[in-house]
Amino acid sequence: MNKVVNDFSIIVGTKNGSGSSTANNTILRAIFKMGIPVSGKNLFPSNIQGLPTWYTIRASKDGYLGRRETNEIVIAINPDSFTKDLESVAPGGAFFYADNIKLPITRTDIAVYPMPVKELVKNDPNVPNDYRDLVGNMVYVGVLAQMIGIDVEKIQAALDFHFKGKQKPITMNMGAVNAGIEWAKTNLEKKDPFYLEPMNKTEGMIMADGNTAAAIGSIFGGAQFVAWYPITPATSLAEAMNDYFPMLRKREDGKHTYAVVQAEDELAAIGMAIGAGWSGIRSMTSTSGPGLSLMTEFIGLAYYAEIPVVIWDIQRIGPSTGLPTRTSQADLSFVISMGHGDNDSIILMPGNMNECFDFGWQSFDIAERVQTPVIILSDLDMGMNQWMSKPFEYPKNPMDRGKVLREKDLEELKGNWGRYLDKDGDGIAYRTFPGNKHPMSSYFTRGTGHDEYARYTEDAGTFHRNMMRLKKKFGTAKEYMPKPVVFSEKDAKAAIIAYGSTESAVIEARDLLANEQGIKTDFMRVRAVPFTQEVDEFVRKYDQVFVVEMNRDGQLHKLLSLAYPDQVMKLKSVAFGDGMPASAKWIREGILAQYAEPAKKSTVKKAAKSGTKGAK
Amino acid sequence: MSALPMAGAPANANLAGLSKNDYRGSPTTLCQGCGHNSISNQIISAMYEMNVVPEKVIKFSGIGCSSKSPTYFMSRSFGFNSLHGRMPSIATGALFGDHNLKGIGVSGDGDSASIGMGQFKHVMRRNLNMIYIIENNGVYGLTKGQFSATAERGLTLKKQGINPYMPVDICMEALISSATFIARSFAGNPKQVKELLKAAFAHNGIAVIDIISPCVTFNNQDNAYHSYAWGKDHEEPLHDITYIAPRSEIILEEEMNAGEIREVAMHDGSLIVLKNLEKDYNPTDRFQALRVLEEAHQNNWLATGLIYVSTEKQSLVETHNLVDTPLNRLTDADLRPIPEMIAKINELMF
Repeated sequence: MNKVVNDFSIIVGTKNGSGSSTANNTILRAIFKMGIPVSGKNLFPSNIQGLPTWYTIRASKDGYLGRRETNEIVIAINPDSFTKDLESVAPGGAFFYADNIKLPITRTDIAVYPMPVKELVKNDPNVPNDYRDLVGNMVYVGVLAQMIGIDVEKIQAALDFHFKGKQKPITMNMGAVNAGIEWAKTNLEKKDPFYLEPMNKTEGMIMADGNTAAAIGSIFGGAQFVAWYPITPATSLAEAMNDYFPMLRKREDGKHTYAVVQAEDELAAIGMAIGAGWSGIRSMTSTSGPGLSLMTEFIGLAYYAEIPVVIWDIQRIGPSTGLPTRTSQADLSFVISMGHGDNDSIILMPGNMNECFDFGWQSFDIAERVQTPVIILSDLDMGMNQWMSKPFEYPKNPMDRGKVLREKDLEELKGNWGRYLDKDGDGIAYRTFPGNKHPMSSYFTRGTGHDEYARYTEDAGTFHRNMMRLKKKFGTAKEYMPKPVVFSEKDAKAAIIAYGSTESAVIEARDLLANEQGIKTDFMRVRAVPFTQEVDEFVRKYDQVFVVEMNRDGQLHKLLSLAYPDQVMKLKSVAFGDGMPASAKWIREGILAQYAEPAKKSTVKKAAKSGTKGAK
Repeated sequence: MSALPMAGAPANANLAGLSKNDYRGSPTTLCQGCGHNSISNQIISAMYEMNVVPEKVIKFSGIGCSSKSPTYFMSRSFGFNSLHGRMPSIATGALFGDHNLKGIGVSGDGDSASIGMGQFKHVMRRNLNMIYIIENNGVYGLTKGQFSATAERGLTLKKQGINPYMPVDICMEALISSATFIARSFAGNPKQVKELLKAAFAHNGIAVIDIISPCVTFNNQDNAYHSYAWGKDHEEPLHDITYIAPRSEIILEEEMNAGEIREVAMHDGSLIVLKNLEKDYNPTDRFQALRVLEEAHQNNWLATGLIYVSTEKQSLVETHNLVDTPLNRLTDADLRPIPEMIAKINELMF
């Protein structure tokens, strides 16, 4: 049997609410501490307690963090999902299960290991009755550690971190881990090929989830006001702000430079955030599809009245309530045109933990510079799952508060200013904040027709002029957009465009295409709408461009088709949405299904070109 | 524009150095005789007489005839005419920008009692530091005469027929939502409107004033609850109300003997003096407030005056323990954690 080292998935099937997250995080952290690239994805139901839930841990020596579609090791703790879990093991895989589940083992092509999870904890006098189930989860950690080689010291370190050094729970949990190890040593014989061996590929790296990264990035961006309403999968973003504000904004006088308000609904959440943005403080909200639907009217107002606000959309799969705990990239078409009437959107699309952090602070600069809502499209996979990442970096630029007139500025202007007057010719006017003491500071904000001085008007010419200025403003906005990220190969025959959380799966698919099919591809991950010049040039450079995304309709594909109508024939949609995080498998298959081997003439062209060069 | 800082105080200046003109707004575009215009005028007078610096006020509104009126007073104040039924959320966020500012919100019965009922009630329980005026006429004016949620059952309107539904009582809703200042008045009683506005401005928290403000175009029939005629015939003031500014000498009329007046001390040191009329009404008692509203229903009274007040609760922004400097004047140094913190954060990410 050939050993398989550091390249497989572990899936733990438990009951929702049974407290398995400590155990699963411990496995994840221990593997990470062993220097092996690893990612953790929680496939959980929309439920508080009782329904089956799965935690997926992927160890990948090559650093692939996307979802792997095969389950090499399955740990079954939940009787309700036992049969399904057993079926899900890849041929040649390993199946660990709690031996209190008395169901038939119907497979002979896998290694099977029963574990006395309940029994071992029952005999431990250090574990109080109430904690038996919780601590029982640590037994499978121990058994697994013994069987595949998770370093016990790293498990100890993981528990130290988790319990912040509190000895009592650490000892209790470590006791169960050790009991699992000892039991496995004497009772189990290794029958599967899977091993973990220490590497050095996680040194200097961190593990984070996107919602926490976004929250911390926002605080480094000077966030001052958060209004929100609970919704999966965005809740943990606002809650992380509550967690990190006290530490990061600590002051000697104990007073706050920020406020977090849980609103009565998303209508009020966005209303408060817009009110705060209008008043001159850095303001944000976080939500997901259904909440965003409720926010549209207000976002239209903020667009037209030109009010900065940052809106995080942690996408889940719709339509309607959809699958509230499953991921998606299907809100793009919606956020492109938020609200009735003509409109423009600024959309940022982070693709990893660093960008969740960076867009956290950059989004405020852009929102205040352009004076408009900035929508950030994250998703459940990125927002709630654990990703290996480079450490967060301190913001490179000082805050850009945009065009603001204070008392002294107004005094110099002798009060001669207009809230919507395009003085600089870039479509962006100057604004003042309430509380400005200058008697000429005020203006009246409205969602109705207004002139350069914010006065009500129904005049056709004035209305049109204002709309054209807004258009110009969004032209200016392009220069503030984050540029796309490009991954190039020599002699690429095709190109891939994607955004957001699919990055790692796309990279893995590219490697498979190159190594197994000999198809080399260049890859551009777009990070913002409106598209910048780089996107334009990239699309034009290739004969075939595959647009990869997690939705049914190919929304990014459609948007690119609208942006580059003369390039439509070469844009091919690879879209798939079932709520599961992207995998290299469907990306590769989707590309192969449409891939056309370039005709020889392109090589001739290239030869001719280089010939000309040589002739010079 | 008068009174740029260099211009010096005008002749008829108040203690803020401003003339009444400094409190005016653009000319009204509402109908002649509309109750809302009279209310705008009382806001102008009240703010002038209270020496309020207009830059310390933010005006808010939603959508509807009433919500247009913030343009018709105090042009020197910032204003935000927001969305239908959504004034409370905009005001909530905006008043965090500078905690020294006071909100004056003007809404209507359509804006607050129908589409905006949710936000209306939640801004009560948050105790936002804002006067919340409802110019209540029982009818949708801008869309030309539909019933609003405060229209009385049985009201007959030209195109709509007979209203089959029970009305919403704004003061009752405010009371059960834990509002800390609740008043009802009548646009036909400008003196009372003005005194209530002053008291509301002195209140630290949400101050709801439900003002019956007749719509002369669509709902001013003599038998309609929201008409001038009905209001004049059925108004039952709970008391005579006088607002006394902080540090003013209180001059009481001779007949105001003990037991005939009540005083409510406000947060800023001012006093509301209530002279009892037919009975001794205590507006600090929630049970009495509920009772008087119910009695008014049963007896067809337009009970006006200060229905309820509680001066003990913190306003929303106070509960957040903010720094003394207004949030919208903080700088990078206040807002961005120091570079050393990034290493600390990265250590926690595993």
